[in-house]
Amino acid sequence: MSPLDLSAVKPGFADPVHQSQAVFRQVMQAMSRPGTRARLDLDVKPPEGLDAAAAAFALTFLDIDTPVWLSPALAGGETETFIRFHCGCPITGTPADSAFAFVGGDTASAPLSAFNPGNEKYPDQSTTLVVACSAFDGGPQLVLEGPGIKSVAVISPVGLPATFIEDWRQNQARFQCGVDLVLTCADEAICLPRSIRIELKGA
Amino acid sequence: MGTADLISPKFVQSEHHERKAWLSVLARSDAREVAARWTALKLEPDYQTLRPPETGLVMVRGRAGGTGDAFNLGEMTATRAVIRLSSGETGVGYVSGRDKKHALTAALADALLQSPDHKQAVMTGLIAPLASARDAARREASRKAAATKVEFFTMVRDRSPKK
Repeated sequence: MSPLDLSAVKPGFADPVHQSQAVFRQVMQAMSRPGTRARLDLDVKPPEGLDAAAAAFALTFLDIDTPVWLSPALAGGETETFIRFHCGCPITGTPADSAFAFVGGDTASAPLSAFNPGNEKYPDQSTTLVVACSAFDGGPQLVLEGPGIKSVAVISPVGLPATFIEDWRQNQARFQCGVDLVLTCADEAICLPRSIRIELKGA
Repeated sequence: MGTADLISPKFVQSEHHERKAWLSVLARSDAREVAARWTALKLEPDYQTLRPPETGLVMVRGRAGGTGDAFNLGEMTATRAVIRLSSGETGVGYVSGRDKKHALTAALADALLQSPDHKQAVMTGLIAPLASARDAARREASRKAAATKVEFFTMVRDRSPKK
């Protein structure tokens, strides 16, 4: 690995213990209530390519034991330096080896089936994807159903690939294995655990 | 004392030998001495913390005896910090022990040493005295060890059979 160029790296949490606990709590809540928006607003200055929410997520969840895959738009840039400097985690070039994956720019570069779905013994070892959306309103309406949602929830994120619904159907079909998604936009996040069903509205 | 005097032979070949040399001096100096000399410099640079001082363990690897491959000698306590001056220089401090102030001072000194405006002052006020203190301590330890040196010699006994 190349030496880190620290000349432009942004600072992490000012108070790492309490801020990472706060973010962990928010993500846990959002994961148990799929479709709700969580504010991960902790005054983090994100590197180029990541949303503030994704940067807060990275600072909270990544460490030396979590191999990270970065989509081509993020790899080798400011985001990689930020994550390596603050989290000390290994960067992997193979999606199937990653514990966490960050997808920015072109979301089509990463079909869900390319990532680690876990196995029957350890479904918890699957990849968690953090996907950057350009907005949470104005996209195609997605209807969510499943555990943690009282009847249905509707979200309309902008920037998911056209193949997303079909990808997700396949991901959901292999429950209890499968990947979990965290959508981020600015300082907000929406969690989509593998347990929920997603359909296009009206379909 | 110029920078060249601080450089131990193992640094000379490396790319950033000057910076390595001053980081080495800061890392191994006594925390109280660093603090005293830093205060005397009266530098109060404006800075931003990139990595707050944190204490942890590092595995020290080495070749005992000078032959064979490096292996794990043991863990030592170290404290590190990274800061950026408002003028843009980024400084890192890795020090032995768990004195967070020491690590922060080392990072500040490293950043100032990279800025042409402050390099001379920090070099003469901080690094040079610390380096000579380190060398004096090393000489003193060698002298004490040398004083206890015992010269062994063996008399050849006459092993010829008795007549």
